[in-house]
Amino acid sequence: MIDAAELGRVFRVRRQVVHAVRDLSFHVAPGEFVACLGPNGAGKSTTIKMLTGILAPTSGRIRVDGLDPARRRTALARRIGVVFGQRTTLWWDLPLRDSLELNRLLYKVDRKVFRDRLDELCVLLDLGGFLTTPVRQLSLGQRMRGDIAAALLHDPAVLVLDEPTIGLDVVSKAEVRDFLRRRNAEHGTTVLLTTHDLGDVERLCRRVLLIDHGSLAFDGTLDGLRALVPGRTSIEDVVADLYLSSRGSPRTPPRRPVRGETSGTA
Amino acid sequence: MIRTYALLAWAWTRAAAQYRVSFALMTAGAFVIGGLDIAVIWVIFANTDSLAGFGPAEVMFLYGTSELAFAISDTLFGNVDRVSQHIRAGTLDVMLVRPAATWAQVAADRFGPHRIGRIVMAAAVLCVALARLDIPLGRAWMVPVMVVSGSVIFTSMFTLGGALQFLLTDAPEVANAFTYGGAMLNQYPLSVYDPRIVMGLTYVLPLAFVNWRPGLYVLDRPDPLGLPSWTGLLSPAAALALAAVAALAWRAGVRRYRSTGS
Repeated sequence: MIDAAELGRVFRVRRQVVHAVRDLSFHVAPGEFVACLGPNGAGKSTTIKMLTGILAPTSGRIRVDGLDPARRRTALARRIGVVFGQRTTLWWDLPLRDSLELNRLLYKVDRKVFRDRLDELCVLLDLGGFLTTPVRQLSLGQRMRGDIAAALLHDPAVLVLDEPTIGLDVVSKAEVRDFLRRRNAEHGTTVLLTTHDLGDVERLCRRVLLIDHGSLAFDGTLDGLRALVPGRTSIEDVVADLYLSSRGSPRTPPRRPVRGETSGTA
Repeated sequence: MIRTYALLAWAWTRAAAQYRVSFALMTAGAFVIGGLDIAVIWVIFANTDSLAGFGPAEVMFLYGTSELAFAISDTLFGNVDRVSQHIRAGTLDVMLVRPAATWAQVAADRFGPHRIGRIVMAAAVLCVALARLDIPLGRAWMVPVMVVSGSVIFTSMFTLGGALQFLLTDAPEVANAFTYGGAMLNQYPLSVYDPRIVMGLTYVLPLAFVNWRPGLYVLDRPDPLGLPSWTGLLSPAAALALAAVAALAWRAGVRRYRSTGS
């Protein structure tokens, strides 16, 4: 479903070359639920932007559902759903229902199909109470559920979420996680999310990609990640150790990714 | 692209309807600003009988055609030069993941129906001027053509300004100098300016094709630069050429987009 081969993105900042992503290769099969971890500035968001066609890669090759994102951005947009935790895709001054209706028109979803999907999402995401409220008046948790609904109304094969649980309280977080797990299990939607919340990973993802200094540092299961740092049991400590140990190292040529023993795909 | 634009503009109109007082005030404001421009022309002609050889009705004609073209372009598509704000706020990323033309999304964003006041004002000035000028039909057909061409020229300039901001995020003011500045320049007969400026506006930035060159044709006036009068009919060609350049620049801009940190 997602195929990245030696993917790289270079930025030139004041005549300095910065490798935001380099030599990143991974494959995500249909129906997988994958978390992308990494310290701030590791290249997670840049990777997401290349997956969704926002940014063109400067090297390597990427295919999402068979399409080259940067070249076929609009065609790809119909097949993927994107949620940004830090910003909304809804229209600030419009009631949530109008925003969703506008998305229906932009994505050219049939009215009847739309109504059925909206009914389903309303139940699962509990949107009923604030469908007629302008988006600017929604709480962050409500807004996030609205954003997730907006990203799924065209029934995409792939759902990409950039920090979907950021800033949410424990209850809202649990609701979002619950919904994503069900969506993945029942619709077979492929899900790729980035997060700093390891609770997301522990509860949702069978597979973890650890991105560090722009390249893949680990690809495998959570248990495989734990095994990297012996003597630590809490996943928070494991990840903290991994981040800290990499902090000193400069942006050197990429290390070979450590492959977890039970990683399902190659 | 037209469908996307219409959908979003309608959404913003409904959003604007939520703030009725603000809408009324801004509409009134648009009228007042247009009225001030006309007051300036009136003050000039209180002191002189002609401006660079043009009488009051002719100056109002030149003002009305340029202002109408600019007001239409600014109302419908002027927000296309807010690219750098969208880049900073991250809203451009949101637009890029929608299956719709980015240009239409940026242009329709924050569409403000209040600016229609400015279109009405400019159209009124043009009507008054036309009533006083008595232009024969054989040349009057050019008036709507020049307004449409002028709108395309201004829209292309807004688009070029927007495209530039993909590269230079901090430079929207540079573009404003040419769009809003150009509209100001065009409010008077270009012959009041230095001929070198007029040459630049003819051959480099085709702003002279908004109202000056076709205006000379409609008013049956000789060109101070000495170009034949049929060059005034080239406005649609100039508009299309600039639109093509703007479209290419926009595409290049979107491709070279670098996004922001998060």
